[in-house]
Amino acid sequence: MWKWLKTLYHRLGSPKWFYQITGSWLPWFAGAAVVFLGVGLVWGLAFAPADYQQGNSFRIIYIHVPAAFLAQSVYIMMAVAGVVLLVWKMKMADVVAQSLAPFGATMTFLALLTGAIWGVPTWGTWWMWDARLTSMLILFFLYLGVIALREALQPQEVAAKACALLAIVGVINIPIIKYSVDWWYTLHQPATFTLTEKPAMPASMWVPLLIMLLGFYALLGWSVILRARAEVLKREYKAGWVKELLQRK
Amino acid sequence: MTPKRKQKLWLLGLMLVGISLAVGLTLNALSANINLFYAPTQIAAGDAPKDRQIRAGGMVVEGSVKRDPDSLLVRFAVTDHNEDIWITYDKILPDLFREGQGVVAVGHLNDQNELVASQVLARHDENYMPPEVAEALKAAGKMPDHSPFAKKNSSDDY
Repeated sequence: MWKWLKTLYHRLGSPKWFYQITGSWLPWFAGAAVVFLGVGLVWGLAFAPADYQQGNSFRIIYIHVPAAFLAQSVYIMMAVAGVVLLVWKMKMADVVAQSLAPFGATMTFLALLTGAIWGVPTWGTWWMWDARLTSMLILFFLYLGVIALREALQPQEVAAKACALLAIVGVINIPIIKYSVDWWYTLHQPATFTLTEKPAMPASMWVPLLIMLLGFYALLGWSVILRARAEVLKREYKAGWVKELLQRK
Repeated sequence: MTPKRKQKLWLLGLMLVGISLAVGLTLNALSANINLFYAPTQIAAGDAPKDRQIRAGGMVVEGSVKRDPDSLLVRFAVTDHNEDIWITYDKILPDLFREGQGVVAVGHLNDQNELVASQVLARHDENYMPPEVAEALKAAGKMPDHSPFAKKNSSDDY
C-alpha cells in the first residue's frame, strides 16, 4: 500500500502522468459530488428536524459548516503543497496550490456570507468583530493575497515560491480560527463537533451534515483536478505530448 | 532526503516557530481587546472602564426579567455563576432572548454598576436538538447549560 502510494505520488509529480491519471478520476468526483450534495441538501433542508430554539434557520448549518471546514482544510492543503514545492521542488505541487486557492477563497466567502445571514435572526446582528469572525475574515484576505501575489510577480517560478511562502506563513491563522472560541469570549458558539466528544446534536441532524461534508470534498476534488489539468496544458504547451494531444482532437 | 532539502525543511520549520511565537505573544498581550465582552465577575471587580462603551456577556438569570408594562423597557440580570450584573434595555430584544440564554449587551455602565444597553445580542450555544428532545430533557432536568462560560469552568459544580 505504502509503495503504491509512493509510486502514485511520484507519477503525479510528472505533468504528463498527472494529466493521464487524473482524467479517469474526474467523472467519479463529479458523480460523488452530485449524489452526496443532492442527498445531503434534500435531507438536511427538508427532512432533518427543526431546532428547538432556532427553528428552521438552523438549517443554514448544512452549508455553513462544510464551507467553513473546507475553507480551513483547503488552506492547509495549500500550505503542504507549498512545503513540497520549496523543499522537494516538485512543480506539480505549485499547479495544485494554484488550483486550490480560488476554491478556498470561495468557501471562505460562502462561510462568512451564510454566517451573516444566520446571524441576523439568531444573534440580532450580521457582523461582530469577535475573534472567530475576524480570524475567518483574515483567512479570506490571505486567500486573496495568494491569488493576487501570483498575478503580480514574474517569472512564474518566483511567483510560485512567493505564494508558497505566504501560504506557509498564513497557516498560523488556522489554529487561531479553530481555538478562537475557546481562548477568548466570542459571540460565535464553540464547536458542535469535536473528535474526542459525542456531537452536541442528534444523529438525525448530523448525518445529513456529514453527507454534505463528503459532497463538498468531492466537489473540491473535481474542481481542483479540472483546474490543474487546464493549468498543466497551459504550462506544458511546448511539450511534445501536449502538441500530440491537441492535434489528435 | 538530501542535506540541502533537510536544511530547507528546518529553515521553514524554524520560520513557522518564530512567527507563531511572535503572533502568540502579540495575541496574548492584546487578549483584553480580543475578548468580545466583559464577564460579570470582571465588571464587579472594576476591570471594565466606566467612561466608554463596553460589552457585557453572560447568561440571563432565570426569573430576573422584568418588563415595564407601558414601554419596551426591560431589566434583567446576567451571570457567570459567580457574579451578577443588571442590564436595562429599551429596544426590541432578539427572538432568541430568553431566561437561561447567553446574551451579549453593548452599552455604558452607570453609577450603580448597571449596564444601560444600546444593543442586546443573543448568543447561541453549540447544542442543537429537535423540540421533542428538548422537552424530554427539560422534563428530566438534564438540559445543557447555555452559559457562555460553561466550557471555561467546567470543573465547577453548579
